[in-house]
Amino acid sequence: MSQKIVIPTPFRTLTNGAGVLNVEASDVRRAILEADRQCPGLKQRLLADGDQLNRFVNVFVDGEDVRFLDSLDTPLKDGSEIDILLAIAGG
Amino acid sequence: MTYFTGLRCRHCGTLYTSGITYCERCLGPLEADYVYSAIERVLTRSLIEKRDRNIWRYRELLPVSETPAIGHTTGCTPLIRAKNLGRALGLEKLYIKNDAVNSPTLSFKDRVVAVALSKAKELGLGTVGCASTGNLANSVAANAAAAGLTAYILIPSNLERAKVLGTLVYGARVVSVDGNYDQVNRLCSQLADQYDWGFVNVNLRPYYAEGSKTFGYEIAEDLGWRAPAAVVVPMAGGSLISKIHKGLEEFGRLGLLRTTHETSIFGAQAAGCNPIVAAVKRGDTDVRPVKPQTIAKSLAIGNPADGYWAANIIQRSGGGADDATEDEIRQGIELLASTEGIFAETAGGVTVAVTQKLAAAGKLPVDETVVIAITGNGLKTTEALSLEPGLAIAPKLSDFDRHLAEQGWTEDALVEEVR
Repeated sequence: MSQKIVIPTPFRTLTNGAGVLNVEASDVRRAILEADRQCPGLKQRLLADGDQLNRFVNVFVDGEDVRFLDSLDTPLKDGSEIDILLAIAGG
Repeated sequence: MTYFTGLRCRHCGTLYTSGITYCERCLGPLEADYVYSAIERVLTRSLIEKRDRNIWRYRELLPVSETPAIGHTTGCTPLIRAKNLGRALGLEKLYIKNDAVNSPTLSFKDRVVAVALSKAKELGLGTVGCASTGNLANSVAANAAAAGLTAYILIPSNLERAKVLGTLVYGARVVSVDGNYDQVNRLCSQLADQYDWGFVNVNLRPYYAEGSKTFGYEIAEDLGWRAPAAVVVPMAGGSLISKIHKGLEEFGRLGLLRTTHETSIFGAQAAGCNPIVAAVKRGDTDVRPVKPQTIAKSLAIGNPADGYWAANIIQRSGGGADDATEDEIRQGIELLASTEGIFAETAGGVTVAVTQKLAAAGKLPVDETVVIAITGNGLKTTEALSLEPGLAIAPKLSDFDRHLAEQGWTEDALVEEVR
């Protein structure tokens, strides 16, 4: 059971330039914690107040905004893709 | 001389002078920053009044550092005293700011694109792009053509025909995406990460958004350097409404206004896509995304990037927000057209219908200046209306008379007989 996290440019200083991280997790929260274990600092940027998504970050699981799902509790399947995007675009 | 100093984080206030588009500290969006004390010394009402009637008459307050390449026919659209519509809505000092006739592409987006593409030229970019619900697509395509830039335009596949055609005609590279605006926008964010292009509403967005301030500047200037008591503004991403507020605030800060009150800011959305209105009605700024379902496609942004700021400004300014159903949107378009002779797109129908609701609920000041923002042209969204003339008649006088009677239009004919 493994998943892929697509890392946007602003976070690649934390991933040694890697655009994709591979994790094994059952939900989004655990995926972020696992990513943070591989690349310390990611959790601090993605989460605010420890356990909420940063307002300026949008997270998608297999193309769907997790705010339409179960937010950080959104379950992951084998092969799920997690996209992280900054909420600065559009309109 | 430029007074633009760099981009400042709207959330934590960190100032950046390099070409960055998000805050490295907190990931917040950035906003153009200026040396207001220096602007205050040079920018006067009479200096502005002497300049050409386009958005660059306010150039000290826009983030371009050289002679702007684009936008010399953009802005300074009519501010109309709307007595007939005002009578219908019970508002004594109602005005319409009419960007349905903005140049070159008949929407307020010409303002933001003029700034974004002038900046793109300044930065030496050869290719620009955008995610768009239509009006932005038209404006980027037209202005890029005139400026000699290549344009990639991403649109949802269900857009109104006139908006698609009015993009293709300029030779833009249009990519129709099978998805809603929020999905198109997401794709565009990823493209901006991959390609070295200037996406006006992604990596050029802090500059782009500043163009909307000119909508507010012009309202104040045309009211005799006075801020209105209230404005009613349609909301999609929530950028225009926050920039109108910023524009009026800047004019106040620079001593350009004869008034001292703060304008109450009111926002309008379609009931089928109302995430900002819902937040305001709950009394908070936590904008929860929705899946849009409305004929007002130019406002169909379910995940508004500036929703938080829009909700915040509405509440801080003592304004409010409401939404309009699909029928109310159509009625709003027809009411504006039949009272003031202005044919607005669906977003205008939303704004008129919401103004009607706010007025009926006593939320707008009856005897003070209220300005409605009309941001796009009805000829681009004709699909929304189903108006047809009656059956064709034979070219005979008797058929014409019968037609008048059948339509119930005889009152004018009777006047003629009496005479």
